[in-house]
Amino acid sequence: MAIDAATVRKVARLARIAEPEDRLEPLAREISGILAWIEQLEEVDTDGVEPMTTSVAATLPMREDVVTEGGDPAKVLANAPKAAKDFFVVPKVVE
Amino acid sequence: MTVLTDLTLKAALDGLASKSFSAEELTRAHVAAVEAARPLNAFILETPDKAVDMAKASDARRARGEAGRLDGAPLGIKDLFCTEGVRTTACSKILGDFKPTYESTVTANLWRDGAVMLGKLNLDEFAMGSSNETSAFGPVVNPWKIDRELTPGGSSGGSAAAVAAGLCLGATATDTGGSIRQPASFTGTVGIKPTYGRCSRWGIVAFASSLDQAGPIARTVEDAAILMTSMAGHDVKDSTSLDVEVPDFSQFVGKSVKGLRIGIPKQYRVDGMPAEIEKLWEQGIAWLKEAGCEIVEVSLPHTKYALPAYYIIAPAEASSNLARYDGMRYGLRVEGANLTETYENSRAAGFGEEVKRRILIGTYVLSAGYYDAYYLKALKVRRRIADDFDQAFGKVDALLTPTAPSAAFGLGENADDPLAMYLNDIFTVTVNLAGLPGMSLPGGLDAQGLPLGLQLIGRPLDEGTLFSLGGAIEKAADFQAKPAKWW
Amino acid sequence: MRGARRYLHSMSETTNTKLIRGRTGDWEIVLGLEVHAQVASNAKLFSGAAVGAGAEPNSQVSLVDAAMPGMLPVINRRCVEQAVRTGLGLKAQINLKSRFDRKNYFYPDLPQGYQISQFKDPVVGEGEVIVERDDGSTFVVGIERLHLEQDAGKSLHDQDPNATYVDLNRAGTALMEIVSKPHMRSSEEAAAYVKKLRTILIYLGTCDGDMEKGNLRADVNVSVCRPGGHDRFRETGSFSHLGTRCEIKNVNSFRYIQQAIEYEARRQIEILEDGGSINQETRLFDPGKGETRSMRSKEEAHDYRYFPDPDLLPLELDPAWVKAIEDSLPELPDAKKARLQSQYGLSAYDAGVLIIEQDKADFYELAARGRDAKLTSNWVTNELAAKLSASHQDFADSPIGPGAIAELVTLIEQGVISSKIAKDVFERMWAGEGAPGDIVEKQGLTQMSDTGELEAIIDKLIAENPGQAAAVKDKPQAIGWFVGQVMKATGGKGNPGVVNGLLRGKLGLG
Repeated sequence: MAIDAATVRKVARLARIAEPEDRLEPLAREISGILAWIEQLEEVDTDGVEPMTTSVAATLPMREDVVTEGGDPAKVLANAPKAAKDFFVVPKVVE
Repeated sequence: MTVLTDLTLKAALDGLASKSFSAEELTRAHVAAVEAARPLNAFILETPDKAVDMAKASDARRARGEAGRLDGAPLGIKDLFCTEGVRTTACSKILGDFKPTYESTVTANLWRDGAVMLGKLNLDEFAMGSSNETSAFGPVVNPWKIDRELTPGGSSGGSAAAVAAGLCLGATATDTGGSIRQPASFTGTVGIKPTYGRCSRWGIVAFASSLDQAGPIARTVEDAAILMTSMAGHDVKDSTSLDVEVPDFSQFVGKSVKGLRIGIPKQYRVDGMPAEIEKLWEQGIAWLKEAGCEIVEVSLPHTKYALPAYYIIAPAEASSNLARYDGMRYGLRVEGANLTETYENSRAAGFGEEVKRRILIGTYVLSAGYYDAYYLKALKVRRRIADDFDQAFGKVDALLTPTAPSAAFGLGENADDPLAMYLNDIFTVTVNLAGLPGMSLPGGLDAQGLPLGLQLIGRPLDEGTLFSLGGAIEKAADFQAKPAKWW
Repeated sequence: MRGARRYLHSMSETTNTKLIRGRTGDWEIVLGLEVHAQVASNAKLFSGAAVGAGAEPNSQVSLVDAAMPGMLPVINRRCVEQAVRTGLGLKAQINLKSRFDRKNYFYPDLPQGYQISQFKDPVVGEGEVIVERDDGSTFVVGIERLHLEQDAGKSLHDQDPNATYVDLNRAGTALMEIVSKPHMRSSEEAAAYVKKLRTILIYLGTCDGDMEKGNLRADVNVSVCRPGGHDRFRETGSFSHLGTRCEIKNVNSFRYIQQAIEYEARRQIEILEDGGSINQETRLFDPGKGETRSMRSKEEAHDYRYFPDPDLLPLELDPAWVKAIEDSLPELPDAKKARLQSQYGLSAYDAGVLIIEQDKADFYELAARGRDAKLTSNWVTNELAAKLSASHQDFADSPIGPGAIAELVTLIEQGVISSKIAKDVFERMWAGEGAPGDIVEKQGLTQMSDTGELEAIIDKLIAENPGQAAAVKDKPQAIGWFVGQVMKATGGKGNPGVVNGLLRGKLGLG
């Protein structure tokens, strides 16, 4: 399925990546090319095939309900672009 | 006098054990080699002081009789592994000068066994690429050089180049679609991607969680086995880590392979494959026959669909895994007029073109209305591919294939055509989808004098057989070629 | 504001009929709720950081919660157990195989850029809750599903005029999202459902139910349709009989739930009656204005791209473990109510009042053993409950224990004190003056049953009030005046039964 510039704009918005207007067309062409190649998957008969999300045959391991981490805001904030009073500081969120 | 940087890991460990040289001497030799090799751009961060400190500590341990399995061995670490207090970037601008406050499980295992860190190795940004050209630090240059500069492959290009050039005795690497094996093939080194779940993913920057797996790149099969033994192990911090014993993999190297049945998948004879690769494959078959293996043709009918399935699954997972790089808690932030603009600016400035392309594809195939047609379809094809292997392993003990459809190519040669670049992984990606172990080792040189790799694929958790078969091929091939030092 | 008041007013007139009168005819409301209940656990759903409010900012945050590169989730067994326990308490189907998905969206208090939730295969399937209306009648609310998911962090908008501050202490805390079917028909029913659900969760010990702290909060789905629409929906299962719904997010008190529903239903009716149509959207309740308003910011990119979380494997439950959890369930409110009625002969109402809090019911049972059930119930649910409530205490830490209430009731039963005196004794007990028996003795409050002493008082009264005494013969209810006078003369200690008997004899009422 070919995608157009408007779709690229929408997807880029969903992915929170600023793409300049003049990049939308070239990206649409590139991605359409890749999608066209991907669409050969339609040849495969997958009726009744269980989707495979992992190659691991085991089931989900569980941890015990004990507190083992935390208590160190400095560690959490060590790489923060902006922080104040042990909070992360981010651009104003308008509700 | 011995050139310390020419030693194999095994020989170096023996030399340390016999006190022929100290860990500090060994490390300083490698630190010097790393410095001298800057034109290769393999190391993007050198940590010589840390290396020497670790080496001295190793010597002290050895003096106390407390040396570990890897004590004093200088290694390079792919910059996808988080290293405590040492900048970790995934070769992306988006991580900026991120300094983890934690150590990845795999590297922690190496330090536990006494290894020494020389620094952080270059890779394709977030491990997305097959030529190391998507790195924010620029491409790695393959130590193997002909008339022009070549790629070492990717994404573990820095790891493979550093090992091939004698800058370190071994390196950590990761493999999501071929990122250990294809660079190993391009550089005449040995690389193994173990069974998914063998090595913990904890502390490794994620690309595609259901496919990512760490493994070593080394100069010999035995060296790879020694490194794997330290790197692997169950980790309760990774829910997909396998709770199984880790054998001493080096014990499998040199074991007889007589009577093993080796499958040759006919679908791997692709159109346009260079005759030299075809020839090498035949040679590999002949070597294993001579070693007493039985050769069986097998069919993996869905092979050709692996790459397109991979290019849905991996970008889909990546689009979500990379959402955390948003400029809020760490890494690059490029302020905008409001929150949304800050997100969009930070991610636009922080991610390179290939990463953005994959995020966009991944976002698209998961979005409403396309999930079933793309993502769900790919998961079903993935099952088909895994079932093909299951069937084959009912008849054979391992598979032998070429690693890559070509030798190393020139830097910039495939840069404008993403699809051509993606085809590099055509023989390797099936293994990731099925979660199997796969090893690449050098089989010989092509007419240009460039190394070509053979790939062995094993049953889940049967790395041991791969090490035995790899040892047999290595012995028969007697691959002694080294890149001429031009840097 | 004015609009809101008008709606509230007109609603209150129609609630009993369940219909709302519009300009063009009657309407009915259809309500479904998504309740988010914070799981009672020590650590978070996928990390080892502590759970709980009130800590210093970012002090209950693990590397996983902050979504540092390479960090991976590992599920907390206790949280799974709590979800299963809740499912069993809701008589729901436990899915032995379920799965976690990622819900992708960007927000500063969502560090991973996705919430780990259960979209396709939740751990708990269909169940039901029996809910009591105020008039004692009951109705059943179907449960659609219950799933586990991560809570987000907190954004503080008031710390800096130009920036938002983010605290991740709450990020990654386990929530149970309990989704009801659209089975509620009025704001009262919705509030009653949440109350009942809250009681069940507290009984189960799976959520503390603290709505003030936001540990229990509801998203309310409101739609309106013409009378009969809901019945046809229930018959056919087809949502086409219902109106378009709006979801009001994060309402965290019973009162707000009712206000929000009432406002929203009126808003939708106004639009429909003006010939408009309802946009399916997410709305926010503003308690200050009593209104709901559209959250367009959340609407704009409404594509969550759910997919199975590749960092996690399918969650598979051992049937033996589920059985063990089932065997360990406490007696739940419905069963306890039925038992209190049958065992103690209490009315449905009294039993219902007692079981609202497990501690209250337990307290009652300790106090009531071998005593007048109704009398004990009254003391527990009226006098003591009022005192505790006024001083913000619970039955669990009541300064007056069940033994003391039992002793007090016994004193009344044995005629040692009257009910009136008992109230005085109770006040003294509350003031910490000791056990009821000691108080009665010390204060000389023992009831006067000595006929000789009482006869003397009565004789004197009749002698001093001959007119009144004569009047009683024609107007027997006037005897009350004499009883009052005797009580006054005895300081309230006269045994009412004895006093009445003596008066009737002496006044010739036989």
